Amino acid sequence: MNGAADLHTLTGAYAAHALEDEERESFERHLSACESCAQEVRELRATTARLGLAASVAPRPAMKDEVLRRIAAVRQVPPAERGPDGPPPKQRPRRLAQWALAACVAAAAALGGTAVWQYGQTQAARDQARQAEQQSQELAALLAAPDARTRAAKLSDGAGGAVVVAESRDRAAFVATGMAKPPAGKVYQLWFSDDGVMRPAGLMDPGRSTQTVLMEGPLDGAAGMGITLEPAGGSARPTTAPVAVVNFPA
Amino acid sequence: MSDAVRIGTRATPPPDLQELIARVARGDEGAFAGVYDAVIGPVLGVVRAVLRDHAQSEEVAQEVLVEVWRTAPRYRQDRGSAMNWVLTLAHRRAVDRVRSVEASTAREKKAALLEQMPEFDDVSEQVESRLEREQVKRCLRALTEIQRQSVTLAYYQGLTYRQVAELLSLPLGTVKTRLRDGLIRLRDCLGVSA
Ligand SMILES: [Zn+2]
Repeated sequence: MNGAADLHTLTGAYAAHALEDEERESFERHLSACESCAQEVRELRATTARLGLAASVAPRPAMKDEVLRRIAAVRQVPPAERGPDGPPPKQRPRRLAQWALAACVAAAAALGGTAVWQYGQTQAARDQARQAEQQSQELAALLAAPDARTRAAKLSDGAGGAVVVAESRDRAAFVATGMAKPPAGKVYQLWFSDDGVMRPAGLMDPGRSTQTVLMEGPLDGAAGMGITLEPAGGSARPTTAPVAVVNFPA
Repeated sequence: MSDAVRIGTRATPPPDLQELIARVARGDEGAFAGVYDAVIGPVLGVVRAVLRDHAQSEEVAQEVLVEVWRTAPRYRQDRGSAMNWVLTLAHRRAVDRVRSVEASTAREKKAALLEQMPEFDDVSEQVESRLEREQVKRCLRALTEIQRQSVTLAYYQGLTYRQVAELLSLPLGTVKTRLRDGLIRLRDCLGVSA
């Protein structure tokens, strides 16, 4: 029912990130084949950038050092789409870890029915859209990494959890099973722990008691992770005592 | 007092931002410090316009800068200027964040949104961006009421056009075309080319 003529008029909404996921995806397919829309989108994006410039504010001066410190630990993506580089997968001993991992993810799926493990199923993640898509690709890569290691964790009131760490991806994921729902207006926030200093690593979906979450940001040598209860939207620093602290598998 | 003396964003990006990004793409951390200086003001501004919450905005703005560093090797000049690229990234991140927390609070937010509608005045008073702001304000004033509301609600509040339609009690198609018409008029008024 969405004719091409209809699609052409979506340039503005697209440029302003005002499309919902499904519509955005179909418009992006159209864009790749419609040069006039592509050109208009470039112009309108340049226009919204002017709206952005007009909203400039002064940052807290200390932010600069914080950002420079963060990027020092972040690996850049390779220039263009290249094949996966690095040595071919190897080694038997890793197998065990992967099995443990598979079991752990299977358990998550069995309990919750909607584990992120089904990363191909965009319906399940529709509301989190593109972000979820990118995350689940990264998550899949992490779970499949030859050096992925898992450590199970017990959380309060019977909930279970496991962390999965892959040095080669410089990422970690947290698998929760049967976690209590956070109180209204609160979320569980994940943290990397660097020598006791907590670094924000993303939020859990407050609506799901069982889920697999790719932790935001690089491992960067973190020794472990923690979970705290924070106001919706998360905090820059933990504001409550952790509900769990887990050391990464050595 | 706060933020009193600080070199902020220029009305137009510094001429060497493209070059800086090219160096960042090769892993040059020194060049990244220059990129930071050039973009942090507008990045934080965009994110804060959408998210409102200061602490959260700061966190997201930092994430955006890290993303700029991480993905600089993939930035393509032929798709638009470096500033456009960075601000598109910033807006996208802010919108993703606001939508992920919005569902639960949509009801309460509706009233708040209507009150603070086309204001967009709670921006800083930096000399460097004042001209830019004046020009954008002037061009926004030149739009029809519905065009302006559609543009500001979508861009500065991070709403989808469906949400805008619901909020303004207008048909979807109307908002869709007003949003586009509004941006096209802004483009012409601001003399944007791409
Ligand atoms: Zn088209």
